[in-house]
Order: sequence, then C-alpha cells, then structure tokens
Amino acid sequence: MIYLCPEILKMKKTHIFLLVGIAALIVTLIVFSAGDFSTYESIASAKNKQGTFVHLIAKLDKSEPIEYDAINNPNYLSFYAVDSLGGKTKVVFHNSKPTDLEKSERIVMKGTMKADHFECKDILLKCPSKYKDDKKQLEKTIADQPDSAY
Amino acid sequence: MQFENEHLLPGQIGHFFVLLAFVASIVATISYFTAAKKTDLIEKRSWLNFARLAFITQLISAAIIFVTIFYICANHYFEYMYAYKHASKELEPKYLLACIWEGQEGSFLLWTIWHGILGVIIMIKSKNPVSSGWEAPVMSVISLAQCFLLMMLLGLYVGEVRLGSSPFTLTRNEIAGPIFSRPDYLTFIKDGVGLNVLLRNYWMVIHPPILFLGFASTIIPFAFAYAGIQTKRFGEWVTPALPWALLSACVLGVGIMMGGKWAYESLSFGGYWAWDPVENASLVPWLILVAGLHTMVIFKATGHSLKASYLFAFLSFIFILYSTFLTRTGILGDTSVHAFTDAGTAINVMILIFVAAFTLPSLGLLIANLKKIPVIQKEESTNSREFWMFIGSLVFFLTAIFIIAKTSVPVYNKIFGTQIAQPEDVELSYNKVVIMVAIIIGLLSAVTQYLKYKKTATGTFFKKIALPTFIAAAISISLAIFYPLTYYKAGAGYLGAAYIALFAAIFSVIANSMYIWTGLNGKLKSAGASIAHIGFALMLVGILISSSNKEVISSSRTNGININISGKDPLTKQTDNPLENLTLIRQVPAGMGPYQVTYLKDSFGNEKGRRFYELLFQRKDAVTNKLTEQFTLKPDVYIMKDNNMSSNPDTKSYLNKDVFTFISYAVSEKEEDTARFNIQEMAEGDTAFYSNGIIILNRVVKNPDNEKYHFKPTDAALMADITLIGKDSMHYKASPVIHIDAFGVNQIDDTVYAQNLYLKFAGVTDGQKIKLGIKESDKLISYVTLKAYVFPYINLVWLGLIIMALGIVMSAVKRAKLSTFYAALALIFAGVGLFYMFLLAN
Repeated sequence: MIYLCPEILKMKKTHIFLLVGIAALIVTLIVFSAGDFSTYESIASAKNKQGTFVHLIAKLDKSEPIEYDAINNPNYLSFYAVDSLGGKTKVVFHNSKPTDLEKSERIVMKGTMKADHFECKDILLKCPSKYKDDKKQLEKTIADQPDSAY
Repeated sequence: MQFENEHLLPGQIGHFFVLLAFVASIVATISYFTAAKKTDLIEKRSWLNFARLAFITQLISAAIIFVTIFYICANHYFEYMYAYKHASKELEPKYLLACIWEGQEGSFLLWTIWHGILGVIIMIKSKNPVSSGWEAPVMSVISLAQCFLLMMLLGLYVGEVRLGSSPFTLTRNEIAGPIFSRPDYLTFIKDGVGLNVLLRNYWMVIHPPILFLGFASTIIPFAFAYAGIQTKRFGEWVTPALPWALLSACVLGVGIMMGGKWAYESLSFGGYWAWDPVENASLVPWLILVAGLHTMVIFKATGHSLKASYLFAFLSFIFILYSTFLTRTGILGDTSVHAFTDAGTAINVMILIFVAAFTLPSLGLLIANLKKIPVIQKEESTNSREFWMFIGSLVFFLTAIFIIAKTSVPVYNKIFGTQIAQPEDVELSYNKVVIMVAIIIGLLSAVTQYLKYKKTATGTFFKKIALPTFIAAAISISLAIFYPLTYYKAGAGYLGAAYIALFAAIFSVIANSMYIWTGLNGKLKSAGASIAHIGFALMLVGILISSSNKEVISSSRTNGININISGKDPLTKQTDNPLENLTLIRQVPAGMGPYQVTYLKDSFGNEKGRRFYELLFQRKDAVTNKLTEQFTLKPDVYIMKDNNMSSNPDTKSYLNKDVFTFISYAVSEKEEDTARFNIQEMAEGDTAFYSNGIIILNRVVKNPDNEKYHFKPTDAALMADITLIGKDSMHYKASPVIHIDAFGVNQIDDTVYAQNLYLKFAGVTDGQKIKLGIKESDKLISYVTLKAYVFPYINLVWLGLIIMALGIVMSAVKRAKLSTFYAALALIFAGVGLFYMFLLAN
C-alpha cells in the first residue's frame, strides 16, 4: 500500500480513515463475493454435495435418448451425461436445446445436483470444430471439399 | 514437386517485409535508446536521425505486409493458410478487412501499424528533439514494443521452435491431407473456411481498428512516464502525456463500447455487457487510465499525486499486455464465450515475455526512483478538489484491481492447481460490487467540480450544490414513483443500491450540466471535463434502467401457457425462472408481452445455410382493437461451413426502447414426410373427422374471386370452403382448390399448420360429392423457438458514451493547445462519426 499511494503517509487522520474505509469496503465485498465462487466437480462428488451450486465437466451419453419437444415445452430438455470417472446422471435444463448438443465432445454444466437428476442452469458446449485453429478440423474440412477425388 | 497455379510471389514479398520490419524495429529500438543516453548533441542528432529512418522503414514495411495480406484474401489465394482460414468466395467485400483482423497475426499487425502511426505523430510533434525533446526515450519504448509485436509474425524456426506465426504460410505446409500430394491440389480447394458469421457485422469492420488504436495509444503515457524517469525530469512528462492519455481514454472507451454494441447486435446472450473475461480485460486498463488522467490533472494543478500518475500510466499499458496474455493464450479456457484459442506454446511464451519485459523494468524503475520523485509536503485539505479527485481515482483503480483479480481465477487455477469456478450468477457477482462504485463515482463526479483546488469556502460550495441536489432528488423520486426499477431477483438490498446509484448518476448529470453555467459561466471551451462527466453519468443512468427493467416478453408466463417449476419466488419474473423460450407455430399468432407475434415464413440469405425467420409483431389498442404498431423482425440462424450453428438476433430500435429477439431453437432440415392423403367423399354440409377434431365442408364455390384466389368466370376452378373445429374448439378456415387449364389439372392444397393438417381438393364424384384428401403429419409442423426481450432506454447508454467521448476530445484538444480550426475539425469528425455509428446506422 505504501508504494501504491504514498500520499497516504502524509495525510491527516481523517483522510486515512476515509481511505481505509473505502479499502475495507472493497475488501469486504471481495471476501463477500469470494463466498459465492463455485467449484468444478465430478458427477460422483457432486452427488455428495446435493443442493450446492457446482460446475460439472462431462460428456453426452449417446446411448440414452435426448428429450426435447419444442412444441409442447420449449423450456424442458433432458439428457444423460457421463464423466471420465464413470459417473452418470440425468440432466434437466429448463431452456432451449443447444443445437450442437449431439455433436459436442465436452459439456460444461453449471447447476445443482438433485436426488434424481442434475438441475442445470447453464450449458457450455465444446464442439470439435468450434475453433478454426484446430488443425485436425481443417484437415477434415479440406478432405470434405466437394468433388474431392478422395 | 511442382505445384500448379500457386501464386507464391505475394507471400515472398510479404515475408521479406516481415523480416525487414522486424530488423528495422530492433535497429530503431537500439538507436533511440542510444540517442536518449547520449549527451553530446551532434552524436545524439545522428543517432536520432538513424532511429527515425529505421522506425519509418518499419512502419512502411508493416503497411506493405497489411496490403499483401489484403491482396491474398481479396483474390482468394487459398494456397495461403490465412486466406483459406479467414476468407471465402461468398464473403461480401466489405468484410475483407474483418478477415484480416479475425486472425491473431492480423490483429497483431493492426496493433503494430497503430503504434507506428502514433510514433510518427510523436516525431512530427516533437519540437527541438535533440536538446529538450522527449522523442528519443518515448520512441525507444514504442520501438521495443514493435520488436515484440513483429516477432509474433516472424514464423522463423529456431531449432525446433517456431518463433511467431507468419501470415504467409502455405496451406499445404500447414495441414496434412491426401490432396496435397497432387500437383493440381488447388483445383480441389473450392473455397475457404471463411469469416465466422458472428463477425459479419459492420461493427467488426470498425470495432477492432478502434479498439486496437485504444490499446496502442496506452503505450504513450507509459512511454512518457518512462521518459520522465530516464531523463530525470520527473514532473515535466505529465504536460505532453496528458493529451495523449485523454485521447487514449476516449478511443479505448469507445472501442470497448463498440464491442458491447456488436455483442448486443450479433450475439445471442441478450445484452451489451456480460462481464466476460475478454470484456473485462479491456475495461481494466481503461479504468486505470481514467484514474491516471485524473491524477495527472491533479499534478498539473497542485503538484500532488505524481507518484500515483506514474503508477497508473505504467499499469494501464501493463494491463493491456496482461489482457493480451489472458485472451490470446487460451488460459481462460471454459470461462469465456469468445473463441480465442491457444496459439501454441511458443507464442504463449513470447506473449509472457512481452508482458514481463514491460512490467518488471517499469515498476522496477519506479521503485528505484521513488525517493527522487518530488512530493509536496503540505497535505491536501478535505475540502479541496484534488483530495476528492484522488479518492475517485483510487476507487477506479481499486475497481480495476477487483475486476482483474476475479477475471484471473483461471490463472490461479493453472498455477496452484485449484478448481475454483465462476459463481452461480457471474454478472451479479460483479454488479453488486460495481454498483457501489457507481454510487461513489456518481456522487464524486457530481460534487468535485464545485470544489476549488487547494481550499474551498464551505458556504459557497453548499449554496451552489443545493439546487442540483434538489433537482436530482426530485427527478429520482418521480422516477421511483412513475417508472420504478423492477429488478427484484437480487433482493431488496440490491434494489435499494440500484436506486441510490440511479440518484447518484442523475445527480452527476444535473450537477455537471449546471456547473457549465454556474462554475464556468458558459465557457464551453473549458467544459470538456463537465461534458465528459455528464456523458459518463448518462451512461450509468442508461445502464441502470435498461438492465434493471429489461423485460422478457417471450416468457411462457406472459403467454399464458404456464409451465410452473416449484420453489420459485413469485416476485422473480425473470432469470431465476429460466422459462424464456417460446415456440411459435407458423402462421399461428401468439401473445408476447404487449405484442401479438406471428411467424410468417422463412427465407434464405446470401450465404448458403443462412435462414431468416420473418416474425410479424403487431400491437393492438386494448379498447378500439385497432392496429397501433407493426413491424417485422428477421432473426436468422446460420449453419456455418464448420457445421456450427450461430443464431443472430434482430432488433427493432425505438427512441425509448429496443425490442430484441433471437432464435433459440429451430429444426435445421425439413424431414421427409411419409404420411399419405386419405380421400374422403363429401357433399356440401358433410362432416369428416381427423384426429384432433372435425372437418366441415360448408360449400363448393365455382371460380372463386376472393382475397386468396382470383379466378375469372370463364375459368374452370372449384374451391372447397371448409371449416375445421379442433378439440380445443378453435375454428380454422381452409380452402383447397382444383382447377383445369390448358396444361391440365392443378390442385392448390391448403395447410392448417396449427392442426398439422394438409387438405387437397382431389376431384369430384358423379353424385354431387367432392373428393377431399386429408393428410395428417407430425413432421409437417413448422415452428421456431425464440427468446425476446424489451430493453427500455438503452439509447441512453449509447448517447452517454458519445457525450463522454466528445467531452474527453474537448479536454484533449484544449490540453494539446490545438488551434481552433483543428479543434473544431476533431470535434465535428468525432461527433458525427460516433453519432452515426451508434445511433443511426442500424
């Protein structure tokens, strides 16, 4: 702090109080908001933390059906997710189905684990071709050129 | 092997100039550095001249590189990786520039060119560069930055490591594929991957250059601060640096908000700010820069705050570099929606060295010289302007530290192996802190100008501030009564804070407006600061209102189809209840807030795979049932070449609100319909059944001439006038037609989308009956799922930004002592440009 604002050293006490007050306010707020940071969990560990807001990194379980009927209810999507540790859970997302869900190779889900399913609030998909700089994808694209001899 | 039809010359030219620019920047750095050290004036002059030559060579080379990349992309030379990755044949020419800055190489090049141009302006402006000028030390810093930026474009191998990535690499060298073993491989590359459709927006042509000019310009206060220490003229640097700091704050601020406007117009997260790490990373240097320019003003007026000015000048550029590190190295990973990627370890290490090369020496020099920087022993009085300005700067700085600390969580995870993730409501976790900042800054910016430097007579201060306080309180209270904020989801405490912030912002608008007359006697020339504060506060008002009172009109609740989730707060109409999607069946109107919305049809755009959905919004007067408002929005869905879907919103802008909608779900392809027509024989008045109700044949009309069909009495046409009554007792009309002309029998089928029903007039029987084909299909239904919001008073945000930018420009031209002609020119140019871009060009 001394290097940050050397003026402090030469101020009246009232000034110092004021500055300390503001700094304390901000520090409190940081601490206060630090409390609402969440964590990354596996499906198994999330099941031990039912009701806590967590982030799950998982994959779509392609052997189970995806349930989404936009005409009857555009705000209900359910599917099954598996993670690399072998955990499996049903996921319910009260929102529209992300279009690339089937193609995704990794899903980051934010929400809370309930008794029988994961109540998801937000989904972030990682699709294989999301990034142009991914060379494998470019190789695939170039192989997919129409009229390619191969 | 000899490959056919390749155009290798432009690449060779480009690569040569990359090398030349890099070498020239090294020469410029060394020469400027030496020139700054030399005390002998003749030697100094010769080094300086040499350095200028090198710097200009470097700028010209960078410009040639730019033109070469443009040429390659414009001509679709897909043998170059850059053109293959970023350009495509169907791309409209206006987006060619956007292609260049889509890639990492292009954006670094843009940055380099801006540094170069700013450097040349410094050369031109520097009077008497040898004896007293700042040119040598300032330019040695800029030239060093150029070395690093150009190194990113080198693409040279040092052993196994590739140093930088060249924009002129060849596709066949970069990616593997069987076609590359053929000499005629180019005939197989029909088209490039093309520009990401999200970037096909006019903001993407203008936003990156402005933002990078903002980035580039922050180096100048940094360089002057360094020059102050290097030349041991510890306080003098502030005067020449201040106009640059103002210019930088203006350009960077505008650039950031252009990004916000782009996100608002072309991303589907429904807003202009989401506290995304990429946004934060550019906001943080701006906050520090604004803190810095205030401490510089304090120093010029009173001699206080010099050390803080040094610190802020250094840190704003350091945080620009740190933000480059965050956004370009892929370290943000899952936390950002922006798809910047990991560009490879070598580049990441280079960026890290770039950050370190500017951070360590500058802060080290500052600490080493701390005792030599002059300090005024007399302390500020609590009723002086400089005291409260300093507090304001400090709040801005602490806010910046708070934001960057939170944004850097993925960095801690990487270093310490922790698993900390974003909180449940990311935006709220920032907002609840920033709203406090808004209150403090609103109040400070309102009252501080009424204080005088050194010491203020308390009596006159209260006399002058009383009226603005009263007016602001009156406006705030009437707003609270007649147009209350409706942001309930974060609780009463937060709502209270939002009201206080709203008052503080209104107070600042009023107090600063009145100050122009009561404090400055209407002298607009000196009113730059007041005007900038008015703009900033107006922006705060717009942000508070448009985000607090954002209304989800596509929510299933407003539509009446209520799907309840248990355990929700009845007060929370919005995000806590995520039922924001509404499905519209084609041609069936649905209620959405005050509107009745009908999905009319869809159509294809210029690009293959892009589909526009035409939505008709109608608003009827509740009493007279007359149409009072009608407009069509065309949000679109684009399946890109890499098979990713992007949903692009469409907005209807009014002066006081925006209606914003985007497609959240759509079936991409029409599936094959396998159902068949079932033929029923019916006479007039007969009834037939379908799965969801009954079909009544009212009558058969010969040669109908009505709204839909226009047959002449001489034609041979029959129309079946049919009424459908669904199980839900809804009535629908249908009128299939059969008609005979010279070419044969034609049937015009009718479709009732709401009932999934196709009706065909198949023919007539002998006994006064008609054959009616009935087809039901679950594949037939054509629908689209969307979200729609109303943003009230969002234009205040853009208007506030424009006013703020103009206020800063006014201050800058005054501080730079430009002649009236140039000052007016700068203002008119900035004003017209910003006004057009933000408020008219839609």
